[in-house]
Amino acid sequence: MYINGMSNISAQPDDFLTSAEIIDIQGNILSAVVRPYRELIKPMLLRRMSKAVKMGIYTAVKSLSRSGLECPDAILVGTGQGCMQDTEKFMQQIEESKEQLLTPTSFIQSTHNTVSGQIALFLKCNGYNMTYTQNSVSFESCLLDAQMQLELDEDIQNVLIGAVDETSEKFTGFQKLDGQIKAETILNKELFPSSSPGSIISESAAFFSISREKTPRSLANCVGSKIINEIQSSEIEEKVVEFLSEFDLKPEQMDAVVLGNNGDHRFDDYYQILQQGIFNNILQLNYKSLTGENNSISAIGCALAVSVLQHQKIPKKFRANSKSASKFRRILIYNQYLGRNHGFILLERP
Amino acid sequence: MSDLHTELKESIIEQLNLEDMQPADIENNEALFGDGLGLDSIDALELIVLLEKDYGIKLTDPNQGKQIFNSINTMADFIEKHRTK
Repeated sequence: MYINGMSNISAQPDDFLTSAEIIDIQGNILSAVVRPYRELIKPMLLRRMSKAVKMGIYTAVKSLSRSGLECPDAILVGTGQGCMQDTEKFMQQIEESKEQLLTPTSFIQSTHNTVSGQIALFLKCNGYNMTYTQNSVSFESCLLDAQMQLELDEDIQNVLIGAVDETSEKFTGFQKLDGQIKAETILNKELFPSSSPGSIISESAAFFSISREKTPRSLANCVGSKIINEIQSSEIEEKVVEFLSEFDLKPEQMDAVVLGNNGDHRFDDYYQILQQGIFNNILQLNYKSLTGENNSISAIGCALAVSVLQHQKIPKKFRANSKSASKFRRILIYNQYLGRNHGFILLERP
Repeated sequence: MSDLHTELKESIIEQLNLEDMQPADIENNEALFGDGLGLDSIDALELIVLLEKDYGIKLTDPNQGKQIFNSINTMADFIEKHRTK
């Protein structure tokens, strides 16, 4: 399946995938940069939307327009946490009003599939609509479903696929309690050398307009994706080799690998084993020191790989080693969170 | 314009997230629904909760809503006559 358009929002500027500029951010919870939502969404609709919904609709519409499409045949959205801000608002209302006098808006918007529903309403799309809430492999779950829909339903030619997660004041703070967020305040450029538990948590959205057939606008071919929920770090090389062998490929045939190191010293060994092992001679890319970590962030990793295949160049800020490649034809994206939910995505130049 | 009118406009703007609107932007006689301010059925539910929470008025007859929520003036009249707090 072919990626023909994409759009993303993160803590970084719009052009961060191609720009050499490095924006340093301090803080362990990063907000996404606000985009000009009013350009696309009417104020009367915008007023009820939480950040996740705004980011989702904005990136969905942008990715579709960049691919020259107005409405897809199916919409697939991944979100690890769903609409946290409205859930928090709704639960605060329950407490403050002693379970009386609850207003409807926050409740309506608090369900995990609000984003995909709102995108469908916005686009007037009556097609297949599914939301995957599978922790850090929510986006990869969407990719697998997209692949199956394209294989099983010949009426589906174009699929809109993406992932979005937002932070909320209190709920995100809870992630500190189990050590998912670093206890000490850290500058994002100090993230990778860090030797403490946890990472920096963030908001992000990335959407992709996908088609069954290659088009003149195709940026990348998504050859395959795979989810493995449990892997020991000692098995990671073997699992990567297994995944690539499904496509008759070997690790040395990758032109680059996009790795999800997040500075959590307890779990970055999965990446480090690959970096020092089977991908030692392959160009390695990192991005989470710029974007932070969340359950949808592998979609940003995927966007980075698509951008590299499209532009055939990599800003220095993403490079994790000094290896190079003359051409970028094939890129593997690998991500896991807390040592669980391992996602593999293989992209090729179309 | 009475304090109640201004208070009502401020509450509506806050409760319904009417971003970028000021109390002065809402006319006292302007229709709140339809062609006026453009509120919808979800907003009507929010206004019912607002009446009960801020003024202690519980609407027993849903058909009353159409008249009460016609404009700021009709809401203010109804609140002045029936408020319990």
